[in-house]
Amino acid sequence: MPAFCFYNEGGCLRALILTIVLLALAFVSLFVGVGDLSVSLIALSRVPRTAALILAGVGMSISGIIMQQMTQNKFVSPTTAGTLEAAKMGLLIFLIFTPGAGMTLKMLSAFLFTFLASMIFLAIVRKIRHRNVIFVPLVGLMFGGIIGSISTFFAVQLNIVQDTNAWMMGDFSGILQGRYELIYLTLPAILITYLYASRFTLVGMGEDFSRNLGLNYSAIMNIGLFCVSLTVSSVVITAGAIPFLGLIVPNVVSIIFGDNLKKTLPLVALTGAIFLLVCDIIGRVVIYPYEVPIGVTVSIIGSVVFLFLLLWKKR
Amino acid sequence: MIEVQEITKQYGEKVVLDKVGLQFHKGKVTSLIGSNGAGKSTLLSVISRLLSQDGGVVMVDEKNVTEYKNRMLAQRLSILKQSNHVRLKLTVRELVSFGRFPYSQDKLTKEDMMKVDRAIDFLNLRAIEHAYIDELSGGQKQRAYMAMVVAQDTEYILLDEPLNNLDMKHSVQTMKMMRQLADELGKTIIVVLHDINFASHYSDYIVALKDGKVIYHDTTDNIIREDVLKDVFGVRVKICEFDHKRICNYF
Repeated sequence: MPAFCFYNEGGCLRALILTIVLLALAFVSLFVGVGDLSVSLIALSRVPRTAALILAGVGMSISGIIMQQMTQNKFVSPTTAGTLEAAKMGLLIFLIFTPGAGMTLKMLSAFLFTFLASMIFLAIVRKIRHRNVIFVPLVGLMFGGIIGSISTFFAVQLNIVQDTNAWMMGDFSGILQGRYELIYLTLPAILITYLYASRFTLVGMGEDFSRNLGLNYSAIMNIGLFCVSLTVSSVVITAGAIPFLGLIVPNVVSIIFGDNLKKTLPLVALTGAIFLLVCDIIGRVVIYPYEVPIGVTVSIIGSVVFLFLLLWKKR
Repeated sequence: MIEVQEITKQYGEKVVLDKVGLQFHKGKVTSLIGSNGAGKSTLLSVISRLLSQDGGVVMVDEKNVTEYKNRMLAQRLSILKQSNHVRLKLTVRELVSFGRFPYSQDKLTKEDMMKVDRAIDFLNLRAIEHAYIDELSGGQKQRAYMAMVVAQDTEYILLDEPLNNLDMKHSVQTMKMMRQLADELGKTIIVVLHDINFASHYSDYIVALKDGKVIYHDTTDNIIREDVLKDVFGVRVKICEFDHKRICNYF
């Protein structure tokens, strides 16, 4: 991947190694599972699935790191800021008011809700005087809880609790050609983040700091909100919620390689995709020929890693 | 030249800056002194457009700051605030390189690299240029931020209590460096100081603020006087001369 080789030789080598690992895993992912291998199976189901996994992995971990920069808090992510719940609410509202309308409207509804919720969360974070590292994500979890309970209330009224719960459990087994293409909407968001990597690093240094260097702080914050909302809503629509990814991947990369996004963003993206591919492959073989939804494997592995991170940071 | 005219800033009922008018001399070190809450830091934030005022204008080189593009102003004027709680894991060199952001964004040219190197040497950071800033001591951290400002290479440098949390040795180093910036590189420096003796020893001009008003603005010698300081701080100060510098005893 020559495009990654802009920083230094060491960073380039790491990105290259990760790319090779990613390609190998993608290859494995294409050939794991039930069914006679045929060209049509691979084209209709396996390729879309692998592509969706990679994009979701890259997208969710990058969203995590942008949110962490915007709130200056390492423990904020789509999971801990109500973002996933907001996307779910958007889907629910869509289902209530315009059932049967097209994918575009569905996407728009989810996007608007995630955008709005992220904006509210950022406003809350700005109001908190003591920005304790743990306090901010706790507020985010409560915020998500409130959004979630409102959604559940309406879902109960309409008898669609099971449906809405299914959305929140990330699952790639239903991905087929023709039903997953919305996930490609993460691509522009990924590209923008990549081009603005240094600006997002500056945003993470605080408003005064970045404005001193001539950065248009509020413009970058809005771009960040846009990227996160676009990514999270398109992933939730195609595959459901994938928890923890946006939390652990950026943190692990940050502990090892630091926080200069220009250097670490490719690593975050690649690690995210690799992590999701591994979780998916595990989910597909562990009770073969059946499948464990990826939300379960990611949650189990993710929560253990997250616990370690918390203890690590305390030290 | 930086000139502020009739600057007013209020927080609710409380007037923090009350029609402040000042001109800062080019190529000189000007200290802002005054009690807590006199409005020193607020004034600095307003000048650097981090805080918007309720009335009055700030002129930088005969042009209103609001007419500058963000990037252009960042090439003329830099500010270092007192609390830099940056939790990011960046190396000293990466931090200093961000000083070039107003010029080249993140695509550093050869000239940018040279200025970064010069700033690192100027602050004596060569040995720790690849260390992460969150692992440095308070004094080293302060030097790293200073190096970033030096790399930003602006005509005007605003420093908000740069001696906070520094020990004697590092305080003296910081002030000497400030003098060097003014004397050797011709920078105009405006600095908020709490220690009157540092102000006395290192500044060319002193501005005294009280309750949001400028009550004195003069050369250092005309400010470091027993009657003036009593008026500014409300404390009796005894002044002794020592090596042609005036030392204040207020204990």
